[in-house]
Amino acid sequence: MATEFHNLQELRHSASLANKVFIQRDYTDGTVCKFQTKFPSELDSRIERTLFEDTVKMLNNYYAEAEKIGGQSYIEGCLACLTVYLVFLCIETRYDKVLKKISRYIQEQNEKVYAPRGLLITDPIERGMRVIEISVYEDRGSSGSSSGSSTTSSSGR
Amino acid sequence: MITRKVTRKWEKLPGKNTFCCDGRVMMGRQKGVFYLTLFLIVGTCSLFFAFECPYLAVHLSPAIPVFAVLLFVFVMAMLLRTSFSDPGVLPRALPEEANFIEMEIEAANGNVMAGQRPPPRIKNVQINNQIVKLKYCYTCKIFRPPRASHCSICDNCVDRFDHHCPWVGNCVGKRNYRYFYLFTLSLSLLTIYIFAFNIVHVVLREYRNIFEHVVSLTPHCTVLEVLVCFFTLWSVVGLTGFHTYLISLNQTTNEDIKGSWSGKNRVQNPYSHKSIIKNCCEVLCSPTYPSVLDRRGVMLEDLSSPTPSDASAASTHQSSNPVSQTTKSSAPLIPNEHTPDEAKPGIGSGTQKSTSSPKEEKPPSPTSPNAVAPAVIKESSH
Repeated sequence: MATEFHNLQELRHSASLANKVFIQRDYTDGTVCKFQTKFPSELDSRIERTLFEDTVKMLNNYYAEAEKIGGQSYIEGCLACLTVYLVFLCIETRYDKVLKKISRYIQEQNEKVYAPRGLLITDPIERGMRVIEISVYEDRGSSGSSSGSSTTSSSGR
Repeated sequence: MITRKVTRKWEKLPGKNTFCCDGRVMMGRQKGVFYLTLFLIVGTCSLFFAFECPYLAVHLSPAIPVFAVLLFVFVMAMLLRTSFSDPGVLPRALPEEANFIEMEIEAANGNVMAGQRPPPRIKNVQINNQIVKLKYCYTCKIFRPPRASHCSICDNCVDRFDHHCPWVGNCVGKRNYRYFYLFTLSLSLLTIYIFAFNIVHVVLREYRNIFEHVVSLTPHCTVLEVLVCFFTLWSVVGLTGFHTYLISLNQTTNEDIKGSWSGKNRVQNPYSHKSIIKNCCEVLCSPTYPSVLDRRGVMLEDLSSPTPSDASAASTHQSSNPVSQTTKSSAPLIPNEHTPDEAKPGIGSGTQKSTSSPKEEKPPSPTSPNAVAPAVIKESSH
């Protein structure tokens, strides 16, 4: 775990940004937040297809959970309406809680899966929930002790 | 060490919004009509509480002013919530994303002959087995999500754009539509309430005066209130009715005006659940969406930021002019087609790629020309 985290830091200092890949939204189910699981060709040599799809599917599940209209959202809505929305000064909305979970998940995925492959995922909320931005890094050519994470895909898990 | 005021992201946001309270409050540009709304509501209610309520509380019931106060508080809370919150603004695309989309469009269009206007930028997506066209926004440099629209007054793309309401001084969109609806609904109730009890008051006074043979002139305030309520009633109640109709069909005012889902050959509304209750639930009881703008986030100024996308950005030039926090106006420069890439301010997290290639082809006109058949980027759905 420490090695991978170390890689994430090294990534920024020793690798240079080569390219950015943007995963677009999938609107087939309406306006719910969902991203396309189509594997972009630019990542062909960098990461296994299944790992990528798992990440996107997990993110889609989180967003679906956040936007689910059901018992909890009714209660939250009614309570908020009755208290003239002052209740949100005290408690967090369900969406915010799920967003925190997503942020932790992305951090974990970056550390474990993507940084060792020279990739970094940006949380979609920082891009207006429009795209998942994946930054592709190339090693600057320094053959030192730095991770060299960008060129090896075999060291992944 | 130079003590510098922290620059928050709202100061650098493009668009024509007004921000107050260090980014906590976000409004549209023109606020005059909003102040009029406030004045009318507060003024009329003050007259009601000052002149009618004492009489009615004594002669009828003390519950009358109590309920009026509760209703008034609710109306004001909904109004302020609608006016001050982010309606669902979509942040503009950062340069890399804009370039990526441009390359996609160019790839789809193929080679455009010199002198020919490029085809309009439209993406077809399939939503619930219906084809919906997504338009490209030249200001925000994104393909607008379904139901989003660009507000020219606020100069922002807003998600699930309903309309820009000058009475509220803000756009009405995904995040504040339910507050807007509750505002119109509660204002209708308040207007009817005040109107009704004004009539009751007048009737009671005249009734007593008839018995006591006292001539009294109905106080001018009552007449004023009745007039205000009468005119407000027709407009606000009508508006509430209209929005109730829209909610039951899961449509926005924007779609209704444009006739997006009406007409024989047009697409049926793909967002409607075909059930009034389900539509109402979705619009009014869906979870509270977060704002994606991050107005109060601090502008990143160094390289050791935790955000991965800022790794290569030396955004020191972002902090060169800390905007005074008492400035009410929005961020200065609004990027458009004619702004060179270097002069565009950072948006959102303030990433400025110093090696970005300014290869964007600026289209000569944003309107869709009829000369060339539109090249459509077909999105295969999964």
